[in-house]
Amino acid sequence: MLENRRLLRVLRRTVLQAVPTILGIIILNFLLLKLAPGDAADVMAGEFGAATEETMAMLRQRFGLDVPVLQQLLAYLSNLAQFSLGQSPRYGVPVSELIGQRLPSTLMLMVMALAIAFGLGIALGTAMALTAGRWPDRVLSLVSLFFYSVPGFWIGLMLIVLFSVKLNWLPSGGQETIGAGLTGLDYALDRLKHMILPATSLALFYVAIYGRLTRAAVLEVSSQDYVRTAAAKGLPPLAITLRHVIRNALLPVTTLAGIHLGGILGGAVVIETVYSWPGLGRLAFESVTRRDFNVLLGVLLLSSFLVIIANTLVDLLHAWLDPRVEVR
Amino acid sequence: MTAKLLDVSSLTIAFPRGTPVADFGFAIGEGETVAVVGESGSGKSLTALAIMRLLPRTARIASGSIGFRGRDLLALPEPDMRKVRGREIAMIFQEPMTSLNPVLTVGKQIAEVLRLHEGLSAEAARKRSIELLDLVRVADPHLRVDDFPHRLSGGMRQRVMIAMAVACRPKLLIADEPTTALDVTIQAQVLDLLDRLRRELGMALMLITHDLGIVGQWADRVVVLYAGRGAEEADAGPLLEDPLHPYTKGLLAASPRLDARLHYTAGALREIPGSIATAQREPGCPFVPRCAMALPSCRISPPPLEEIRPRRLLACPPTAAQEQANASAVGR
Repeated sequence: MLENRRLLRVLRRTVLQAVPTILGIIILNFLLLKLAPGDAADVMAGEFGAATEETMAMLRQRFGLDVPVLQQLLAYLSNLAQFSLGQSPRYGVPVSELIGQRLPSTLMLMVMALAIAFGLGIALGTAMALTAGRWPDRVLSLVSLFFYSVPGFWIGLMLIVLFSVKLNWLPSGGQETIGAGLTGLDYALDRLKHMILPATSLALFYVAIYGRLTRAAVLEVSSQDYVRTAAAKGLPPLAITLRHVIRNALLPVTTLAGIHLGGILGGAVVIETVYSWPGLGRLAFESVTRRDFNVLLGVLLLSSFLVIIANTLVDLLHAWLDPRVEVR
Repeated sequence: MTAKLLDVSSLTIAFPRGTPVADFGFAIGEGETVAVVGESGSGKSLTALAIMRLLPRTARIASGSIGFRGRDLLALPEPDMRKVRGREIAMIFQEPMTSLNPVLTVGKQIAEVLRLHEGLSAEAARKRSIELLDLVRVADPHLRVDDFPHRLSGGMRQRVMIAMAVACRPKLLIADEPTTALDVTIQAQVLDLLDRLRRELGMALMLITHDLGIVGQWADRVVVLYAGRGAEEADAGPLLEDPLHPYTKGLLAASPRLDARLHYTAGALREIPGSIATAQREPGCPFVPRCAMALPSCRISPPPLEEIRPRRLLACPPTAAQEQANASAVGR
């Protein structure tokens, strides 16, 4: 089909553009991290309380930290070329193993957060636009301004106070009930219950953004000639909104969603800490404090992969939503 | 004269500031083409939108009635009105480039009307859409049906709009400046098409235009609108040959014509001095500020559109009186 070929072209262009981007990200990340004072050996020595020059030199040699930075970079790149992210000096296990344990949790959290942000944001924005200037619009605008301006960790804490402590509806942290031995549907429901609060805290900021964006887009699209055409056909208001307005209003919203993905990943660090969620964000945070740069580099590399993949998906979604998107 | 299909009487459309259409009335008979003529801002499009009941939210119909096949459209509940739109009265717009939804194929947009009003299945609606595209002379309709609007030219898009409008065989098609955005060569094709469809489908056509060239060729009857009030109404031929209202005269003098009798070989086209904006707060005839033959009596109250002879209506008492005098002079 013509349609599929167009989507394939969009996909190919995005992938080709991703290769130099990723290479640049790796090198830049590596050099920036090397600029920071201290390394894993320093942190370890600090934790031991004391260390001789010889012990330090031995540690550095073992972790490959004793050679010049450029050589370290080349060693890292050659490792990568063999699909290895290196070893963690801290845990003494391959970085890929550490990341592999944490990745699914973070992915689930992000997908859930994005779904909430999209679903709720678009619904909110449409509701605001359809009642523009009247009291539901005013109230929802205030609510979205509130979500927009308060920090995620505070929302997280407040949600815990309300739903876990006061109402006792939802668990306050972790990603499953430990030792419950649940299986099948019960297990899935248990995981879902644990996910609701962290995902919501992560999403609310973006709900506000998408809400405001959707409101503006729906208002703009509503005044377009083709919406009047749809009304002249005799379509009821709901069909006009769903078929003709929202589909067009989604275009600017999806464009931004791709950009926001990196931000959501950053926000995950805070939220995962608040909810003791065993994800990548916390792993990254811990590796910063421990100067465990191999792990941190691995997380950063994977994050850039995630963002690029997500952007590709958004590009495809965009091309699917808007037939005018063509490869130039 | 054929039976009245649409009967608009004393229609007044009010906005918070100003009434762009005041006490306006006209009728369209079954199968008739009526041109509504006037310059930008004279209220032509608002009148059309009022008939469809698609006026902008801030607008209000202050008075009047719109009779259509024995019902007053203004009194119809909204769900019933939705059954009129697209099925009994359809409308096409000035700007074909923006009047189609860019993210839906033209086939889907045509099928939408059919599925809504005739309850066709997706498959049947698609088949009928292809037939309709063929009817409006789109080449390769079975391919074009899956095209998105941005792949079609302006003329093609207007054809698609027309296919959409006539899909349910409406009794009345309102065409709001359907050719203004198109090339001159395409204009004639589109108007030919509208006229052919009018005959074949037995519908009436309300043709909104500011182009008097179109009027002479396509309209049965003409309504001249100035500043939201009817100025003159007559059959197309007599109106063009013998315009009575000073505004109609000015309009004709300002139009280039191939017709030798009204062609001003001696020089540039004449223009009507002033602008329509001056009509805003005129208590009397809205044309007074631009009228060469205005009398003090013209400034008192807006003149009504009155029949001065069979099938000829005029809203200019001084001219009417003069006509009367001429007629009796000839009669004597």
